Amino acid sequence: MGPERIRLTGITKAFGTLKANDHVDLTLHAGEIHALLGENGAGKSTLMKMLYGLLRPDAGEIRINGQPVTLPSPRAARAQGIGMVFQHFSLFEDFTALENIAIPLDGRIADAGLRAEVEAKARHFGLAIALDRPVHTLSAGERQRIEILRALMQEPQVLILDEPTSVLTPDEAEALFATLESLASAGAGILFISHKLEEVRRLCSRATILRGGKVVAETDPRAVSAAELAALMVGEGVLDLRPVADHALGEPMLHLDGLSVAPEGVHGVTLRDIHLTVRAGEVVAIAGVAGNGQSELYAAISGEGGRITAGQIRMAGQDVTRRDINSRRRLGAAFVPEARLGQATLPQGPLSENIILSWHATGSLGRWLLDTVRTGAVARRVIERFDVRTPSSDPQAVQLSGGNLQKYVVGREIERQPRLMVVDQPSWGVDARAATHIRQTLLDLAAAGAAVLVISQDLDEAMAMADRIAVMHGGYLSAARPVPALSRAEIGLLMTQGESPARGAA
Amino acid sequence: MSFNLALVPRRDVSLIRQVLTPVVALLVALLIGGVIVWLMGRSPAKAFDVFLREPLTDPWALQEVLLKSTPLMLISIGLIFCFRANRWNIGAEGQFLLGGIFGGGVAIATHGLTGPWILPLMMLAGALGGMLYAAIPAMLRNRFGISEILTSLMLVYVAELLLDYLVRGPWRDPKGFNFPQSVPFTDAAQLQPLFEGGRLHAGFALALLAVLVAILVFRRSLFGFAVRASGEAPRAANFAGFNEQRITLVVFLISGGLAGLAGMIEVSGQVGQLRPGFGQGLGFTAIIVAFLGRLSPVGAMLSSLVIAVLLIGAESAQVSLKLPFDLTRFFMGLLLITVLAGESLNRYRLEFRKEAA
Repeated sequence: MGPERIRLTGITKAFGTLKANDHVDLTLHAGEIHALLGENGAGKSTLMKMLYGLLRPDAGEIRINGQPVTLPSPRAARAQGIGMVFQHFSLFEDFTALENIAIPLDGRIADAGLRAEVEAKARHFGLAIALDRPVHTLSAGERQRIEILRALMQEPQVLILDEPTSVLTPDEAEALFATLESLASAGAGILFISHKLEEVRRLCSRATILRGGKVVAETDPRAVSAAELAALMVGEGVLDLRPVADHALGEPMLHLDGLSVAPEGVHGVTLRDIHLTVRAGEVVAIAGVAGNGQSELYAAISGEGGRITAGQIRMAGQDVTRRDINSRRRLGAAFVPEARLGQATLPQGPLSENIILSWHATGSLGRWLLDTVRTGAVARRVIERFDVRTPSSDPQAVQLSGGNLQKYVVGREIERQPRLMVVDQPSWGVDARAATHIRQTLLDLAAAGAAVLVISQDLDEAMAMADRIAVMHGGYLSAARPVPALSRAEIGLLMTQGESPARGAA
Repeated sequence: MSFNLALVPRRDVSLIRQVLTPVVALLVALLIGGVIVWLMGRSPAKAFDVFLREPLTDPWALQEVLLKSTPLMLISIGLIFCFRANRWNIGAEGQFLLGGIFGGGVAIATHGLTGPWILPLMMLAGALGGMLYAAIPAMLRNRFGISEILTSLMLVYVAELLLDYLVRGPWRDPKGFNFPQSVPFTDAAQLQPLFEGGRLHAGFALALLAVLVAILVFRRSLFGFAVRASGEAPRAANFAGFNEQRITLVVFLISGGLAGLAGMIEVSGQVGQLRPGFGQGLGFTAIIVAFLGRLSPVGAMLSSLVIAVLLIGAESAQVSLKLPFDLTRFFMGLLLITVLAGESLNRYRLEFRKEAA
């Protein structure tokens, strides 16, 4: 083990009465890839923000290379050799990769000199980047490589990566791991935040596990199983899905027949000739790397957007291609969009009022004057039945944590007793316990006879839930294949290369 | 060392605080206004007397206040529908003028006739004129994606020129000594005082009715919810299946209709004929009123009254104190700033932070 790069002792940070970090200790050595694990809200981001100078600790000490430091700003952190790659990219879409790299480098412009340096750096770490392409033409993996190169240009001794693989294909993730390993062997310390335990076990030699703001364990992730790591994060064994009883499949509830959709905006994806059938009682998942047309497909199915240029959408046997979202709801369909706040809910609206959004067409809430007694009762039922933890009896949507809000949104739709449920990213950014709860709820819904379509970037989720999986790539959808017969490698191949439409008729 | 000033969100805001905030804001604005008056070499106490005490205590002035508040209330209630939906109708002044032109047009066309049907017909025509005029920016936005801010604003100038053309051309009073004005309306086309010797007419009751309906719509109706959803989170409104273009058109029609009705009431109840400049910028003042009332119907009702007091007070201050009318405009702006600042300080608390450079 190399010399000590970072030592955090007794770091404490409170927001009001909530202790986000409570006497956290963490040591990072040169050459080490150190995982920081924990559920959402466990305090990982708070800790990293203090290390990157975005927040200041209430108590505790930060030592870098043995020296106690204060980090009042990200600039100060960078001066101390700390680089950070954020979960959400901070790139200018219309600038080229090289220009984006030049922006945070004080006094540098995207000239030949910088290009030579960047190219040398990229070669050294095996990061392939087309430097002259505007960012909006690049894939998520390529964008992330820009972010990493940008951080590397400042010669960091410590690199923090916040959920770097959530948008990557398996191949791109492998390439990232190789880069990180060569960085570490060159003497940098790397802090790696991730929810994906398998990749942590593959990459990291130490792991610090946070729960409720406290360090609950420090361990060698390679020496314990993923299940043991998950149990440490969550605290108890709540992560397993309960298998549902065998049940017969019914009529096709959703049928896409040769659906083609024109893109919205310059960065949209064109959907081409999509075929898919979801029958009552069945869970079908659509996997794929984000940005390959899943959002467009969800919008076309729900009726929220998309200009359909060819093909047909049928629900419960009826042609709904030209009908709006509420006529689809009247046929028994329910939809959970990707964005919990601002799409599935009004952020400032109380939960009782947010019932109206998806219920007003079908829920007998009153034609002109709303029945507020009824919306309140429905909201209370959803809160009870789906274990939504709320700070008050009828809080605003924005006051709920991500997981609880997602439970509310999913529960609100299930309470409508749908015959077809379409869910875009059921557990994106939701902690493990809430994710399991939501997945179980959807499986039970299918077992009770509804057709369930799940669009998910999380391959583990898709494989755990679905009877059949189809993969989206470049606006094409592969044939849906039964899950037991499908290997991760096959899916990975479909995610990166797709399936030629000629072969897709299986 | 450098100092940072930060706004830190407050968790809960007490009801008392929310109620007291506008009152404190008004007091602060009065204080600053008093200092300005003093710097201009006039007595702040005298100014206070003329601006606030007289309009509120003198029965004649009080009626004038209610009359002045009528168009402000009607227009600002309509504007609340647009602003809550995040649609920016800046052209209420134009819709107000068109309401006056349509309503006045009926009065001119029926000149010499009598009958209880004339006034209702004028009201309908006035509302219709405002609606049609407001439909233009709404449809341009829906059809071509053109910013309604620009189109609604620019249509104000078109409306002013249209009025100018009418009262100088086809609708000029032949016996009016070539003044640019229409024939004076007959009694059948004028809103009559509610009680003997007074001036207050039924328009004020209509404004109060609009306030009540708006309260009900925003508190309890699906349409009110759709308007709010569309403004606060357009994607959520889309998810709910609320048609964005229809909402744009309907809020503009409501807003234009109420502004048009206000225009008709102004020409029929106050002016008694069509003449240039009867708008007096009330359609723009109503924008301030709507925001002073924090886009709530009750708030708009109260701020209409406050602004009306100031406008009436300003008229007598010009005469008795020789204070310029612009001082009133300045004071309205000041009041808006203090109210908005109070609002912000309710939601956030100021924090000074020391930081090593």
